[in-house]
Amino acid sequence: MAMYSTNEFKAGLKVLLDGEPCSILENEFVKPGKGQAFNRVRLRNLKSNRVWERTFKSGESLEGADVIDLEMEYLYADGEFYHFMMTDGSFEQHAADDKAVGDCKKWLKEQDVYTVTLYNGAPLSVSPPNFVELEVVETDPGVKGDTAQGGSKPATLSTGAVVNVPLFVNIGDKLRVDTRSNEYVSRAKG
Amino acid sequence: MTSQTLFWQPACNMAHLRKRAEVLGLLRAFFAQREVMEVDTPLLCHASVTDVHLASVTTHLTYPGDEGKVSYLQTSPEFSMKRLLAAGSGPIFQICKAFRGGERGRRHNPEFTMLEWYRPTFSLAQLMDEVEALLASLGVIGTARRTSYRQAFITHAGVDPYAASDDELKQLAEESSGIAGSLLDRDGALDVILTHRVEPLLGVDGPEFITGYPASQAALAKVCEIDGYLQAQRFELYIDGLELANGYDELVDADEQLRRFEQDNRQREAMGLPTIAVDHRLVAALKQGLPPCSGVALGVDRLLMVLLDTRNIDDVLAFPVDCT
Repeated sequence: MAMYSTNEFKAGLKVLLDGEPCSILENEFVKPGKGQAFNRVRLRNLKSNRVWERTFKSGESLEGADVIDLEMEYLYADGEFYHFMMTDGSFEQHAADDKAVGDCKKWLKEQDVYTVTLYNGAPLSVSPPNFVELEVVETDPGVKGDTAQGGSKPATLSTGAVVNVPLFVNIGDKLRVDTRSNEYVSRAKG
Repeated sequence: MTSQTLFWQPACNMAHLRKRAEVLGLLRAFFAQREVMEVDTPLLCHASVTDVHLASVTTHLTYPGDEGKVSYLQTSPEFSMKRLLAAGSGPIFQICKAFRGGERGRRHNPEFTMLEWYRPTFSLAQLMDEVEALLASLGVIGTARRTSYRQAFITHAGVDPYAASDDELKQLAEESSGIAGSLLDRDGALDVILTHRVEPLLGVDGPEFITGYPASQAALAKVCEIDGYLQAQRFELYIDGLELANGYDELVDADEQLRRFEQDNRQREAMGLPTIAVDHRLVAALKQGLPPCSGVALGVDRLLMVLLDTRNIDDVLAFPVDCT
């Protein structure tokens, strides 16, 4: 892979640090007027999702990490792996393990499209779209006449995710949910 | 890109540009009242600073009688102003652009505005008093604390920057920043500790002067022995963790000046950096005799950052380098 110097560090650049793939979040140049120049860098370790802070001498380089985000359709799970297929017409398939799928598991619905991050060609992580539409499979019965105002109750969705919903929601309703905040947005049409 | 999509507007708002205009007026009034003469020296010169940590921007200037030597945009107007002092100018100040390659961030733009002034006969302490008066004239009130570099390190980083061994400093630098200590020399380790542990806590409750730097960081300042250690007669001014100004009890010894230039260029060669044309006219001026004096350079953009309470230099610049 190419080498990137501190001058090229910017948010989103994927580099290898201590052998781990990282995404640069922030790069701050620091230099005392009469002193040496450094770059204080914040990076997200893409394996552990932890944020690292590390300082480099200005001009130092890091190796780029072979990390790429691809759109893939979720096919099925076989008990060990979750299988995804490229949406570019190549029908190329990738198998992600439990660790790579992580929290995204509760949003996985067959035939929906997810972002699969490949590191050296293998799935490193899977992210859901910001909004998904899923069916309610379990919740207390809906309260007639209750509109958007008032309390809320938990509802289990077809993929296993549990979200708080307004009291009027019923089993079988299709809901639009924000996967970033785990929050109900609205009832979906159809 | 078409002209419709190019961002051509100023990066900062008009109120900030008006503040800049007002501050430039106040600075000139301050020096006029104290009978310090404004001067206007070249930004583009045939020689420049040799300091290994300053990158002069170079260009090829051609004109009749000169086929195009390397010329340097000045990192500060220091050399020209010292030649004026040696010629008997008396106290002088200048507000001009300065250029430093490689420096860009929330506190840096490669082209910036500098206020630099020199006071023959002033001690460093007197010059600090004058900096304080200048800040007061702009509304930054309060007596500035004066702290030694040594005490600042002991208080904020728990280490004596003079007594500690190289290894102790490198280890602390590594712990403070994650940088590999083995990549650092003693001054590099001190700079890491300064920027990561000490600086953020300087000047947090009013302006603070830091004095007495390691002799290896003297640049163009005199060096004296204090408390058994060689210390550079320099000060830096901090407000709220931001370095604003750098003052020297100026080196007036021509031979010592030439020796530092040559030593810097040898170090540049060793580091694979370009060597810089030595300013022999400055050395000649020093030989003739520079009156004992103190001088200080103050970043005007950073001063505006303080006055406008912003942490980003782009907020006070009409067109930061990325918008030019």
